[in-house]
Amino acid sequence: MSARDSILQRLRNRSGGELSVPECDFSVLQRPVSSVAERIEQFQKTIESVHGEVHSCTRDSWVAQLADILSARDARCLLVPGAHEIGRRLRESEQDDLPELLIYDEPIESWQPHLFNNVDASITSTRGGIAETGSLILWPTPDEPRLMSLVPPIHIAVLEASELYATFHEAMQAQIWASGMPTNALLVSGPSKTADIEQTLAYGVHGPKELIVLVIE
Amino acid sequence: MNSESSANPHHIDVKEFHPRAQAAIADPKLRQNFRRAMDGLISKRKDAFEGMDLEALRELGANIRLRALANLPDLLEQLETKLTANGIKVHWAIDGDEACRIVRNICVARNAKTVIKGKSMVSEEMELNHYLEEHGIEALESDLGEYIVQLAGETPSHIIMPAIHKNTGEISELMHEKTGTDLSSDVEYLTASARQQLRERFMNADVGVTGVNFAVAETGTLCLVENEGNGRMTTTVPPCHIAVTGIEKVVGTLEDVVPLLALLTRSATGQHITTYFNMISGPRKPEELDGPEEVHLVLVDNGRSSIYQDDELLDTLRCIRCGACMNHCPVYTRVGGHTYGTTYPGPIGKILMPHLIGLDEGRHLPTASSLCGACGEVCPVKIPIPDLLVRLRQESVDGDKLNPAKVRGHGAKRGTLEALIWKGWSWMHARPGIYRFGTAVAARLRMLQPGQLGGWTKYRTAPKLANKTLHQKMKERDQ
Repeated sequence: MSARDSILQRLRNRSGGELSVPECDFSVLQRPVSSVAERIEQFQKTIESVHGEVHSCTRDSWVAQLADILSARDARCLLVPGAHEIGRRLRESEQDDLPELLIYDEPIESWQPHLFNNVDASITSTRGGIAETGSLILWPTPDEPRLMSLVPPIHIAVLEASELYATFHEAMQAQIWASGMPTNALLVSGPSKTADIEQTLAYGVHGPKELIVLVIE
Repeated sequence: MNSESSANPHHIDVKEFHPRAQAAIADPKLRQNFRRAMDGLISKRKDAFEGMDLEALRELGANIRLRALANLPDLLEQLETKLTANGIKVHWAIDGDEACRIVRNICVARNAKTVIKGKSMVSEEMELNHYLEEHGIEALESDLGEYIVQLAGETPSHIIMPAIHKNTGEISELMHEKTGTDLSSDVEYLTASARQQLRERFMNADVGVTGVNFAVAETGTLCLVENEGNGRMTTTVPPCHIAVTGIEKVVGTLEDVVPLLALLTRSATGQHITTYFNMISGPRKPEELDGPEEVHLVLVDNGRSSIYQDDELLDTLRCIRCGACMNHCPVYTRVGGHTYGTTYPGPIGKILMPHLIGLDEGRHLPTASSLCGACGEVCPVKIPIPDLLVRLRQESVDGDKLNPAKVRGHGAKRGTLEALIWKGWSWMHARPGIYRFGTAVAARLRMLQPGQLGGWTKYRTAPKLANKTLHQKMKERDQ
């Protein structure tokens, strides 16, 4: 008998007999209705407590604010989405203090060392955020591949304030995740960190050292 | 690779618990490292649950795990169907050796020579690194704590914080000696050095191996919880990702994950959520530009289906591996993780390992506890750990006639003299006249009571018999 069949058979022929199935009451996950302003405040407070940075922007101002953020960090280049509006706005911008813009339009195999060693920052869109845990929802796409939000030392994420949910539970239900998941989905809640050396926090251990969120109101 | 890593650090005699405990207790540096870390984790956990209905959340967490276990075979089949449809190949392993062979065969088929690993306690259980290295495949840990432990040729001393037994100075010396970094007490510098060393390794690795925190049957999704990003690297950069997990890690729906995640991160490290919650539902699609072209899941039984047979022991399988029980354990805090000599230390190790290695080998585990109850009180899925410890103590002496012992190696601690004494005890207690006579005589002869009572008086003074029995005193009071 295969390992599969023998494991399943042992589980099905349980000597203790059939197990009862308890009721699961999810009401403990409910939160009072909150306004967008309250959710933004909670999101900002929570993500800042784990070293994330939040900038309040408008649809007109964010490109200029981004240029300031990047020049303050001496970023030489920025990885941007090829097709998404964020990338288009940046490429068409007349802002002259933006760093060199790069597009992730080739398979990773053809430019891995460059991405790992030479890209200073990246900017991605998000599928929304979660106020309670200060999280960003990312579903990487061919336009914004998985490593875009992971490898460069600075990750900038654009979050529409109207897509800020109160809880993970609410976000998952509103976006009907159960009907189908992408190959990779992520919640990102701050920059990469570790406390493995004597519980001392250090940032940027494998992923970005800085996570900067531009909240578009 | 350094030479130590090829020596198997797992082969410690579990039975030698007492000498190791003595040595740990006599090591002030080790005790300080654990005390400080555990105190920090206890207070962070407390803060993280502030303002939440923790009891209702624990109740929900426990019920979700129980529901998943009640449907376990169905959920495993559903998971397999969904994952297969998503393009993830599913493998089943009866034990750790079979799981190791499956991982190796995947590596061999891809001609893979180097494996990079994210944190996985099941792979520790399988002794995967050792197995792969014996077969000429290099396995490198990428979680910073695991990396440090591997450099030292040791095993993790905590399931969440593997290198918690070492302080910064010890880690700095280790990294200096093994990797040539400068001696430094600057944690930022040490972390940045490890980042640099490991980035090269990620780029060159042929296969990435990780564990799984939750496997969702409904959508065929593997969930990984982490802070560092090494898990994301391991599951994204190498062309092949192999996830290994115990068969009990499956849950029914994505919704089930929400409360379990909330409980897990808060209980483990006092975080509302970890930096990354990584949900993997398939390999790279043709139009995608990164991600592994192959994804495998190895479902490992290794004793779990035996635990599953018994209504009481089954609760062991609810565990979500947060480590809160060890953080709050007065024994663990004093003796540290290595003293147990087992893959999983602390309270959860004491109730899980006897099933994996047998109660004969793990005879000291259920008694390495004061039964203070802290572990049961903090467990996010309400595993009655103290009750299970008592059950395993009974099994280790075959002490419950009405419920015959089941765990492999049961009865290993049964001694003829002890059994005889208890037999006499119960005989006397069933006969009131003899009982009264016996206790009255004992009270009279209390001067003859020996001062030394074996193991009991090694650390305690002997209890003294009272001059009158309780029955006599009650009688006097009532007159």
